[in-house]
Amino acid sequence: MPYIAKIKVTLRQSILDVQGKAVDHALKNLGYRTVESARIGKYIEVTIHETELAEAERIGNEISQKLLSNPVMENYSLELVQI
Amino acid sequence: MLELLTTIKRSDFMSDITVGVVVFPGSNCDHDTEHAVASFPGIKPVMLWHNDHDLQGAKAIILPGGFSYGDYLRAGSIARFSPIMKEVIEFAQKGFPVLGICNGFQVLLESGLLEGALSRNRDKKFLCCQTHIRAVNGSTIFTSLYPEDELLSIPIAHGEGNYFAPSEVIERLEEHQQIVFKYTDAGGKITDEANPNGSLKNIAGIVNRQGNVLGLMPHPERASEKILGSLDGRGLFESLFLHIAEV
Repeated sequence: MPYIAKIKVTLRQSILDVQGKAVDHALKNLGYRTVESARIGKYIEVTIHETELAEAERIGNEISQKLLSNPVMENYSLELVQI
Repeated sequence: MLELLTTIKRSDFMSDITVGVVVFPGSNCDHDTEHAVASFPGIKPVMLWHNDHDLQGAKAIILPGGFSYGDYLRAGSIARFSPIMKEVIEFAQKGFPVLGICNGFQVLLESGLLEGALSRNRDKKFLCCQTHIRAVNGSTIFTSLYPEDELLSIPIAHGEGNYFAPSEVIERLEEHQQIVFKYTDAGGKITDEANPNGSLKNIAGIVNRQGNVLGLMPHPERASEKILGSLDGRGLFESLFLHIAEV
């Protein structure tokens, strides 16, 4: 059965998130005074047709590091779910 | 504005020098770049389609501006894996000149030929305007013809020109004089107010350690013709073409 790789790509904490700041500002304008610091990332789902979990995990990490995230500015997390 | 400083002298028996302009799907400054390159005597631009593997004998490669692959995922992140990038990377690793303008700079960063990354402009707006930059390193093959401390008027047009690199990378770039262009005010001062996009240290362009790969956000091809209001971009092309004519 294939796996779905669920990859979350987030900005490293030290990076200025201009979109997040804009959202934060908008939330405050909506009246949510106790809300703080929105940071925006990406969520990507990729289907991996491998039977072995270890291989699916290896591929999931490789594509996350090579293409789906930019390690200079971003972190990623990988979750694999068998479908 | 700079005058034309040199003419590349070619004997009647020598053919034109080829300069390759890579075209990715979504590149939109490729023809402006071709037009600027073609304005130099003795230089012939060729368009290199991203799916090909043939650099057609080019002595220098230019990655032009635009929105390759729609800036999907991250600007330049998909173009860096275009088939022709295999040859472009090998070309750069052998020490031949590669110039990345705007989106081209993004592709060079994503491919690892240059260090660092570019993110959304600090003030969130897409900026399309004339800026002042200064060649803080006038010794590169791309800046040799600019007089020292000359103020250059070159336009920018980008939404993601905010240069970032970890502090140890910035230190290394400074140590090895790899920072080539910085944004300045009209008086030539490097200030926060003069920084259009929030780039660290007002960095507008950097070169690799070897000095043969340059990436910059401003568009020299849009400052290469009097009718566009500035000729200051011509010095970059001239310096490069003089270099490739000499080797």
